[in-house]
Amino acid sequence: MGTTKQRRPAIEGWYTAEDGAVRLLGTRCASCGTPYFPRNELACRNPGCTGPKDGSELAEYAFSGRGTVWSYADSRYKPPPPYVSPDPFVPYTVAAVELEAERMVVLGQVVPGVGVDGLAVGMAVELTEGVLYEDDETAYTVWMWRPIS
Amino acid sequence: MSRDIAVLGAGMHPWGKWGRNFVEYGLAAARAALADAGLAWNDVQYVAGADTIRNGYPGFIAGATFAQALGWSGARVSSCYAACASGAQAIDNARARILAGLCDVALVVGADAAPKGFFKPVGGDRPDDPDWLRFRLLGATNPIYFALYARRRMAVHGATLDDFAAVKVKNARHGLANPNARYRKEVTAEDVRESAVVADPLRLLDICATSDGGAALVLTSMEFARRHGISAPVRIPALSTVTPTFPKTVLDLPDFATDSAMTVPEPAEEVGRGRLVGETRPFRSAIAHAAYEEAGIGPEDLSLAEVYDLSTALELDWYEDIGLCEPGGAEELLRSGATALGGASGGYRGVVPPGRGCPVNPSGGLASFGEAIPAQAIAQVCELTWQLRGRAEGRQVTNAQAGIAVNQGLFGHGSAVIAVR
Repeated sequence: MGTTKQRRPAIEGWYTAEDGAVRLLGTRCASCGTPYFPRNELACRNPGCTGPKDGSELAEYAFSGRGTVWSYADSRYKPPPPYVSPDPFVPYTVAAVELEAERMVVLGQVVPGVGVDGLAVGMAVELTEGVLYEDDETAYTVWMWRPIS
Repeated sequence: MSRDIAVLGAGMHPWGKWGRNFVEYGLAAARAALADAGLAWNDVQYVAGADTIRNGYPGFIAGATFAQALGWSGARVSSCYAACASGAQAIDNARARILAGLCDVALVVGADAAPKGFFKPVGGDRPDDPDWLRFRLLGATNPIYFALYARRRMAVHGATLDDFAAVKVKNARHGLANPNARYRKEVTAEDVRESAVVADPLRLLDICATSDGGAALVLTSMEFARRHGISAPVRIPALSTVTPTFPKTVLDLPDFATDSAMTVPEPAEEVGRGRLVGETRPFRSAIAHAAYEEAGIGPEDLSLAEVYDLSTALELDWYEDIGLCEPGGAEELLRSGATALGGASGGYRGVVPPGRGCPVNPSGGLASFGEAIPAQAIAQVCELTWQLRGRAEGRQVTNAQAGIAVNQGLFGHGSAVIAVR
């Protein structure tokens, strides 16, 4: 008892929390500049891109850590697996967030404690890291959105 | 060159939660469609099955399973899975074969037996599958996506919870007299308001159920229909299964993110009468408009529409996507009664002439049916067929001349079918 659980991302390579700043990790085409999340390593998908399209054009890219809420919703019922739900189930909130620089919308859970009443379309949010689920030894983490106070 | 094919027969097994094997629903629907066409199973040269991904190895490979159930006859066969558009792709396979002159008579069948509760990804540990990952990493169930669209509509276009409830009330009323509908009960706005919140802002009665059901069509060449003594059959002049164009900027199931519009401009906004400035359209709109273009008609010619109302709020999005009104005009169109059976009162800005209106989901829609995925797009065309024949008892659209059926599903699938008489 009292020992600190180790923390591990629920999925490897989708975000970084180095230097205290959480950023989504994807790839970006060096030829046309299109960024991809989740990571696309196969070939640039822009049909107008004139790059080699063999994957060599795609380099790792860290996305903006801030955006504005495009929309949001919550889940009042326990989803089926593979979602790992605590027992009893705890409702959670999901936000779709528009990244201004990358001009795309990215989904993420919202930090626990912020429900739909604490959100609005157009609200500024930033990325952080939170615990998605736990087992006896490990807390599995994921990227989460939180309002910028 | 005419691209018409004839719809000679339509048949369904009623939607419900019957707890039986999906093959039974498909067989019942196929027999009903053949009887409706006045044709025998042995007349069928080509069977196109729409697969369910449940119930075993892709629906036991659907086309062959239905052919076996009807009795092996040597007919040629195809099977396809395309999420919610599976049924429409099966129709498209049959249509292509008929138009190529490779067969005269085709049978299209889709059936499903759905699980209780949320749809969930195929089982097993599959972290390379976006559909698995969206449940694992986000808990992003289908209702979460529906709720995201609904909230967006409220924020951008001023939709209210009362508007969403009004869609359910309308569709429940439409479905009352439909013998194939699963729910045949009046629903009040209060019923919707008092149902449990599933994914805020959507409540249980805003979200379509998952159902068992089967639907089938007998499709033939125009020449065969004439030889068979049917000079003016219901016809399908157009069917679109377009994919999205890059960048796809509307968030879709099971996406974690949209495409970036950083390097290529996003689809232009639609302006006026459902027409467009620019070269590309948002995905759902592109699905419908490719069909209009092929059929040589426009939304102003529609007598009715069957749209994929996975949620009440999505039905409003579809009004705009199929061009019944401008973006942002759906609430006004709904409130005017123009999309209800017999409810056109004028006083709205849309492309449909006042006094006629354009009833949407006269069948009762998914609100009254629930979703039986591979059967649903076929069922939509069954409804168009009965409406265009003037045989949609208790829910008939007056003087129906043309209808569209549209849907959209996982992984960039969608379809639009236009039927005329």
